Amino acid sequence: MIANLVKSREALLVLAIIALVALISTRFPGFAAPANAANIFNDTSILIMMALGQMVVILTRCIDLSVAANLALTGMIVATVNMLVPGIPVVALLVLAVATGMVLGAVNGILVWKLDIPPIVVTLGTMTIFRGIIFLISDGAWINAHEMSAAFKAVPRASFLGLPMLSWFAIASIAAFAIGMSRTALGRAFLAVGGNPHAAIYTGINVGLTRFMAFVISGGIAGLCGYLWVARYAVAYVDIAGGFELEVVAACVIGGISIAGGIGSVGGAVLGALFLGIVKNALPVVNISPFWQLAISGSAIIIAVLVNARSERKPGRVILKKAEHVA
Amino acid sequence: MSDATHRTIPDRLTSRSQRTLKSWEAFLVLIAVLVFVTNSFASPYFLNPWNLSDATFNFTEKAMIAFAMAMLIIAGEIDLSVASIIALASTAMGFMVTLGFDTPMLVLTGLAVGLACGAFNGVLVTRFGLPSIVVTIGTMSLFRGISYIVLGDKAYTGYPSDFAFFGQGYVWWVFSFELLLFALFAVIYAVILHRTNFGRAVYAIGNNPVGAQFSGIRTGRVKFVLFLLTGLMSGIAAVCLTSRLGSTRPSIAFGWELEIVTMVVLGGVSILGGSGTIPGVMLAALIMGMVTFGFGLLNVPGIVMSIFIGLLLISVIAVPKLIGMARKGAH
Repeated sequence: MIANLVKSREALLVLAIIALVALISTRFPGFAAPANAANIFNDTSILIMMALGQMVVILTRCIDLSVAANLALTGMIVATVNMLVPGIPVVALLVLAVATGMVLGAVNGILVWKLDIPPIVVTLGTMTIFRGIIFLISDGAWINAHEMSAAFKAVPRASFLGLPMLSWFAIASIAAFAIGMSRTALGRAFLAVGGNPHAAIYTGINVGLTRFMAFVISGGIAGLCGYLWVARYAVAYVDIAGGFELEVVAACVIGGISIAGGIGSVGGAVLGALFLGIVKNALPVVNISPFWQLAISGSAIIIAVLVNARSERKPGRVILKKAEHVA
Repeated sequence: MSDATHRTIPDRLTSRSQRTLKSWEAFLVLIAVLVFVTNSFASPYFLNPWNLSDATFNFTEKAMIAFAMAMLIIAGEIDLSVASIIALASTAMGFMVTLGFDTPMLVLTGLAVGLACGAFNGVLVTRFGLPSIVVTIGTMSLFRGISYIVLGDKAYTGYPSDFAFFGQGYVWWVFSFELLLFALFAVIYAVILHRTNFGRAVYAIGNNPVGAQFSGIRTGRVKFVLFLLTGLMSGIAAVCLTSRLGSTRPSIAFGWELEIVTMVVLGGVSILGGSGTIPGVMLAALIMGMVTFGFGLLNVPGIVMSIFIGLLLISVIAVPKLIGMARKGAH
């Protein structure tokens, strides 16, 4: 059991993170202090949530490249509604954000499910379409802090039991996904569909519907994050979270979620996101230019996929016996 | 649906001309003509030879990469790092300028970096058996990341004046050097894919990798060569683009990988591999270039054009399927 634990990719990733934090701590002793750790977690909350949403999509052998555009579009919609109706309760905006995100996810899901279009093509297309719609809604203008109501901006920052609400949203998402993946039929179906779609059909799982649900969940999370992002940074415009979809996929890949589907865990996605969050927060404190971040996360993706492929590799099949040499 | 159980063999196969008329490429020609005619009516500035010549620059560089990418996608792989290869190759060329090298050495550097990046992707995919989409998402960050490390928020300028020819020079009248390259590569890639054993191998691998392997095709080597070609074409595009802009920033060619993939898919290449043609990709490049140019003349913002491109990408796959479903339902 201990041997299995050490061999698991999550354990490897935990070791890598501990090594990374130890290395940073030699240059900057306060890095691992609880207050700073909480700050880093809070800063990584949105990435963690998005990685969880992306995880279920990747588990079903799909990919959702439209999540960042979905986040930006939903953010713009809630910010616009808040600007036009400043008195609207934040709870209503939260519901609106999740619902909008789910609808956008459902568009992807329908195209993948009913028309059987490859997910990468669908989400590449919807990614540019969603961004374009933001432009049409906003006419290219920004919605700035002074156009948002105080209550709108306060939610992610509000403190509860010593942690900001943004962190609590992430913690609640982690808990929900952990329970959903292990204790619900849908959670198991995600793994089954990705592991072996043909076998999944014979066990009575509707593969298309399961993929659809994965896109809806990923969309809903992106919508929620859209509100959180816009409220946290107090600005909404066309290009917010540009390129964030790749960071989200990177978190999943580093977290050991196989792009071929069927392999991955909630812990992996969270750790993958945390790894990227720690790197991002560590660079300024150890005096490395933030321009290094992109190259580091790229290298991390390649190393992670190399390490994971090694453990996934099946021995090659023998089709001919080696000729025996006659002495 | 009553005759679904027994299939019939047609007495007469569809003739060659009939197949040509019904092909995806014929449809693209129709669209291209439509776009051309609409544009000429929509703006009085469209039918000016110099304007049209200017318009070619917004697709020539992308299309060069799209030819190689089409073969890679037909073989069942993908390279999302192409735009980052441009950034790295351009940065390397800028660095060589600061060392005082002249134009031939700069071009050589650009091509060499492109090849090296392609080889890196190829080794990871074919030698270590990793999925190309993940590898190239990684190298996409890595290659551009190196450019950011080298350049940060600065830029390389000061390219020698004779270096400007590749992106700004004209061969004859309104025909630019880039347009010539585009035409040349269209022919070369069409010949490679449609007239050589190598091209047949590419289709075979895309349709059935295991079958291809067992029929004696060295699948790993073919794929490696395809990654090399894609890298090389990115290097060539980097030379053209850098020469055209006259400067290098780490954000150069940002987001091009998606436009190139869109071009390939619009050109009728199946993203799942196994089918597609070079003339199709060439037509798609022309269409995307003309649409962008026409919208530009009408003062339509770039982002609205991207909605159109996104819709086009999805509908070119969705519409034939919807028609197929409707036909099935009617029977």
